Amino acid sequence: MGTLLLSRIQFGANISFHILFPTITIALGWMLLFFKLRFNATKDRKWMEAYLFWVKIFALSFAMGVVSGITMSFQFGTNWPGFMETVGNVAGPLLAYEIMTAFFLEAVFLGIMLFGASRVPSWVHTGATFLVAFGTTMSTFWIIVLNSWMHTPQGYELIDGVVHATDWFAIVFNPSMPYRFVHMLLASGLTVAFLIAGVSALRMLWGDTAESVKSALRVGILTAAALIPLQIFAGDMHGLNTLEHQPAKVAAMEGNWEIGPNIPLVLFAIPDQETRSNKFEISIPNGASLILKHKADGIVPGLNDFVAEDGTILHPRVSAVFFSFRIMIGVGVAMLALSWAGVVLLRRRGAGNMPKLVLLAFTGMTFGGWIATLAGWYTTEIGRQPWLVQGVLSTKDAVSDVPAGMVLGTLIAYLVIYLALIVAYISVILYLARKASKGQPLSKRDYPRGGEAEVYAMQPGE
Amino acid sequence: MELFGDPAVWLPWTFAALMGVSILIYVILDGFDLGVGLLMPLADDDEKDRLVASIGPFWDANETWLVLAIGLLLVAFPPAHGIILTALYLPVFIMLVGLILRGVSFEFRAKAPIAQKPKWNAAFFVGSLMASMSQGFMLGMYVMGLTWTWAHVGFAMLTAIFLTVGYSFIGAAWLIGKTEGRLQSHAVRWTKGGIWGLILGIGAISLATPFVSIRIFDKWFSLPEALYLAPLPIVSAALVAYIWWELRNLPRSDDRRAWGPFIAAATLFICAFVGMAYSFYPYVVPEKLTIYESASAPESLFIILIGTLWVLPAILGYTILSYYIFRGKASDLKYDIQEQVANEEAT
Repeated sequence: MGTLLLSRIQFGANISFHILFPTITIALGWMLLFFKLRFNATKDRKWMEAYLFWVKIFALSFAMGVVSGITMSFQFGTNWPGFMETVGNVAGPLLAYEIMTAFFLEAVFLGIMLFGASRVPSWVHTGATFLVAFGTTMSTFWIIVLNSWMHTPQGYELIDGVVHATDWFAIVFNPSMPYRFVHMLLASGLTVAFLIAGVSALRMLWGDTAESVKSALRVGILTAAALIPLQIFAGDMHGLNTLEHQPAKVAAMEGNWEIGPNIPLVLFAIPDQETRSNKFEISIPNGASLILKHKADGIVPGLNDFVAEDGTILHPRVSAVFFSFRIMIGVGVAMLALSWAGVVLLRRRGAGNMPKLVLLAFTGMTFGGWIATLAGWYTTEIGRQPWLVQGVLSTKDAVSDVPAGMVLGTLIAYLVIYLALIVAYISVILYLARKASKGQPLSKRDYPRGGEAEVYAMQPGE
Repeated sequence: MELFGDPAVWLPWTFAALMGVSILIYVILDGFDLGVGLLMPLADDDEKDRLVASIGPFWDANETWLVLAIGLLLVAFPPAHGIILTALYLPVFIMLVGLILRGVSFEFRAKAPIAQKPKWNAAFFVGSLMASMSQGFMLGMYVMGLTWTWAHVGFAMLTAIFLTVGYSFIGAAWLIGKTEGRLQSHAVRWTKGGIWGLILGIGAISLATPFVSIRIFDKWFSLPEALYLAPLPIVSAALVAYIWWELRNLPRSDDRRAWGPFIAAATLFICAFVGMAYSFYPYVVPEKLTIYESASAPESLFIILIGTLWVLPAILGYTILSYYIFRGKASDLKYDIQEQVANEEAT
């Protein structure tokens, strides 16, 4: 393997590892704010218990996100110097705004949010929690702006092969940005909803009957059930937007080789780029035309239109995009079915009396959001290939000339570290859940009520 | 944009200054918290918790200055960013692994089962060591012009050791201000033990720098330029003498001037940094690429600058707020009601 492919794998590995944690912290920040506000409003201890359990997982996820994010900021220079040399005039300010308006905000107020409860008034602590959540969302906004611009660039001119910004409004509000931003925020919301529901379900399976766990399960299931239809709608809109701007990607997602009307929806197949056809295809007639054009004889783009006359392939590797897309959809459908079934059961039986099988299903889906998010990102990012910036800069022109052996060596080391850290991360979450379920149920103790409870809970003893 | 003359001149200069300030703030702030990590093996188990507590609320924001510095290099001087980071591919990788290990150990050592704590303490130390050594190595390679020869690597190995000891020194100086009792006495001892790293580090770079190029040599040793530089070694020597003297009297029972060594150490870092910046200006890649040659387009720099002027004061403001909120001696870090309950029941 050459430096190009190895660098792509390395960047893919780094960014895949990184995105796992922001996906959690973006929405978990808001969820913590919700817990804190519920506690402020009701003075009910269960909300503080939920806050104190989930803030630990937030802190852990945040640290993982920060350190893997630092890696990302260096990788541009170490592996892809051509990227900033060509589009630095656009990418630079966007990254700078991310660092300045989001990273510092998150990092500084995280300290106050985690450790400052006993040193500042309650409203300052609530405010710090808000600013951390707001910071993670701002960070998402800027990075999605840049990523979307790489898919649908506009507002620039090329002078001597270098991109110069001409219209910042057009750059920030580029055509795919609103769709991608909403899609990502909802993805984060769903990831956290299933994480909370999953860990709470597991604690119930372990015999934990605390009120805070029941409430957390309820919040998780209701959030998931509310967000998943929105996500399916947003995903559909995003797909239509992609059809308009990146037809080759949609052709690969659909596994459609030849442009035409009445294109079937391929449920399963093994796309073969050598013979340029699908094997073992199972499909619904006219399905793709109906979804993409909303009529049975709608014209759907085909991959064969993206092959240059000299045979150079100008579309992404079909199988990678095709399968990633199906994995994302599959997890989405599972999320829909499980969360709505969960809502029905919550109404009928209450959070404390859920069937064991359903609790097991939620436990199994604890990290379902991760899989869907990664699959979605693979679809859109591999789907942009062979371009790094659609129509402006190809991936192979941006790679550094670092020797392949060096890239391979560091890649292996990164993978080993990431694997170890993922294992450690998940085991610590399980350990914290185990410890919380076994620990003395807090409700059994004689706690002060009302305003005093807040003082007790929020002032760590010396 | 024309307000201060040619924007292709003042904008790169402004961004070089901003980047320099970010690097300097990073080296001082993450310097002390990396240094605290380096001191971990010297501390006993109770002290280890206190060591981590003394930097817990700050480390994350401290590392963000590195992201800002590298971000400014990336956005303001893209070709330089590419050249420097591809030349330093391996040490950058080692630093990143170090920062990863260290950052996650903060959390894991407090949250993983107690039996694993020694392992995460070790990871915290090793991560701090990898980050410090690789930063010192990169500093040495940068001074030597980013070319990989045996002599340059040898020099960089020396600066790696000196910077690491220098970081442990400023970390120990931070602990003198931030702790009390037995740990504070230990911190005074550690500070005494580490000061040579800083002196040798500054000395080695000062000796090597003028010989890197004739241009820098002339800047140092020809009049009147030599006079501009003269205050730096004089102030530095005075600071070292002050630290030496102060350490003999610390810790005092009334805790007077406990922050003296840290402030003096930070000032030493500033002097060393100003000396380097003065010597290498206007080059961003030593003797190869100036800030003016490698700067991004003025319109892009300008749009960042507008934001910077609004945001940077806010960042500085709430950073100071955070240090103010967490002023005073470090106490145990807790946000966990259940651990509190367990502790109460144990006592």
